[in-house]
Amino acid sequence: MDFFKIIDQLSEVDADVLGRFNSRRAVFGSLGTAAKRSALAATPLFLGALFQKAYAGTAATGVEVLQYALALELFEQDFYAKVKASSPYANASAADKAAIDQIKKHEDSHVTLLRGAISGLGATPVTGVTFKAAVFAGLTTFKSGAAATTQLGIAQLLEDTGVRAYKGRAGELLGTDLLTVALQIHSVEARHAAKIRDMRGQRAWVNPADDLAAHPVYTSGVTAGSTPAAFGLVVPAYTAASPVENNTTQSGVDIKAGLGATYTASDAAAAFDEYLQVAEVLDNSRAGGLIGA
Amino acid sequence: MSDTLRPTDPQSPQPGQPLLARIKRRSFFMYAGATAGATALVLAGCSKDNTTPTSTTTGNVSFGTGDASVLNYAYALEQLEAAFYAKVAALTASPLLAAEVPYFAKLATHEAIHRDFLRTAINRDFNGTIIPDLTPKFDSIDFTKRVKAAADTKLGILDAAKAFEDLGVAAYNGAAKLFKSAVYLGIAGQIVSVEARHAAYVRDLILPGSFATNEAGDTLGFDRQMTPTAVLAVAQTYVEQTLNGSTIGQ
Repeated sequence: MDFFKIIDQLSEVDADVLGRFNSRRAVFGSLGTAAKRSALAATPLFLGALFQKAYAGTAATGVEVLQYALALELFEQDFYAKVKASSPYANASAADKAAIDQIKKHEDSHVTLLRGAISGLGATPVTGVTFKAAVFAGLTTFKSGAAATTQLGIAQLLEDTGVRAYKGRAGELLGTDLLTVALQIHSVEARHAAKIRDMRGQRAWVNPADDLAAHPVYTSGVTAGSTPAAFGLVVPAYTAASPVENNTTQSGVDIKAGLGATYTASDAAAAFDEYLQVAEVLDNSRAGGLIGA
Repeated sequence: MSDTLRPTDPQSPQPGQPLLARIKRRSFFMYAGATAGATALVLAGCSKDNTTPTSTTTGNVSFGTGDASVLNYAYALEQLEAAFYAKVAALTASPLLAAEVPYFAKLATHEAIHRDFLRTAINRDFNGTIIPDLTPKFDSIDFTKRVKAAADTKLGILDAAKAFEDLGVAAYNGAAKLFKSAVYLGIAGQIVSVEARHAAYVRDLILPGSFATNEAGDTLGFDRQMTPTAVLAVAQTYVEQTLNGSTIGQ
């Protein structure tokens, strides 16, 4: 466990974190000798106590949202690990490999940070969320062939789902500093989605002309009879379907004709990303169908 | 206040570094010390808020308070982005590559939609509080250049687009926690990821593989977040009016 890296990452994303620890210098100063320091710093208990101090008072719901985020990040992390170990990746162009490597590093980083934050809030981080090996075995090409069965096609679906998933729960973090951290991950997922889409010759944003536009990731509701796997997570009750990605009405405003100018349905839809609720993300037609042993 | 005016980490202004160099007085406040800088800015804001304008220009734009102020802040940034891309789209001899021209036309439309949507939403929900139309000032951008050369003092179109998009993402990320209502947070969240998609696209045009904000050797995987004060210090470069964001989110 690289304690210093976690602190650096936290201070990167949470402007106030060093203040929460009084000061970095004070924290380390109080630890005594270098030997004692490294021994202590390697202790999860110490790390947990430090985060607990830093984030004391954050609403309990924060843990649930972070666990959910961690589950999805673990899932993505495992997917990219499987990609990197595969022969289609080995045969990919250097630029494509570099992009996948970069994205994988980001997912690793998200996992590390979320784990640390969850431990710090006194909870045990979820584990064992992996991309289903049997499904992965069917992805025999990097990016050529039917969109939904290539590695990059699935990567696009995962990244766009990730963006929608973070958006679906950000509101529950309102009023906490965890919100800022979650959003700093959220927008990076959108950058990943844009990059993967570009690698596939698609527009950077979701639009009706996408080759995967009809996939359930971009539509809504849960599959009849689907029971979302929950990994011990709290799954909020599913009520009504979230807006589909080709939605052209935002906050009751018709984007095509209600703004004093006329815009096409395609542009109106592309200018806004939509959210997904937990039950939809974990539905068998989306991430739920790809998670497993 | 000191927590909201913490000088963002040294990397934060990276996309706008050439811009910050142009506004030394403000960057001085950002780095000379958070407390001193905050005090100076707050005092400046107060004196302007509490008295009638001393200038005859229509120059001082105040964003108001509460959720209206955060929406106004987003509206200001979207106005700038929309104006910038509209100007790019209107070029008769664009230095952009043929494949990029229609893409930038789409960016122009998305930003115009964001601007028009925010204007409509603010007028509907917070009638009478909307900020005026800003007068863009793009004299630091060379619209005849696709990318700036090392010796150039002005930004090329792609450099400016990158700066605007990254600034927009950092601005939304930093201001989100100022919202009181989850409804507006949701709307901002729906816009910011589209900005991030734009940013990734533009960045990769400049340097393939640079789609995220991380620079060489940096593998963090977190987008930047900036306070309204820090963002407006950069945005001020592109606006004739004086932007006073001291009450945003209060």
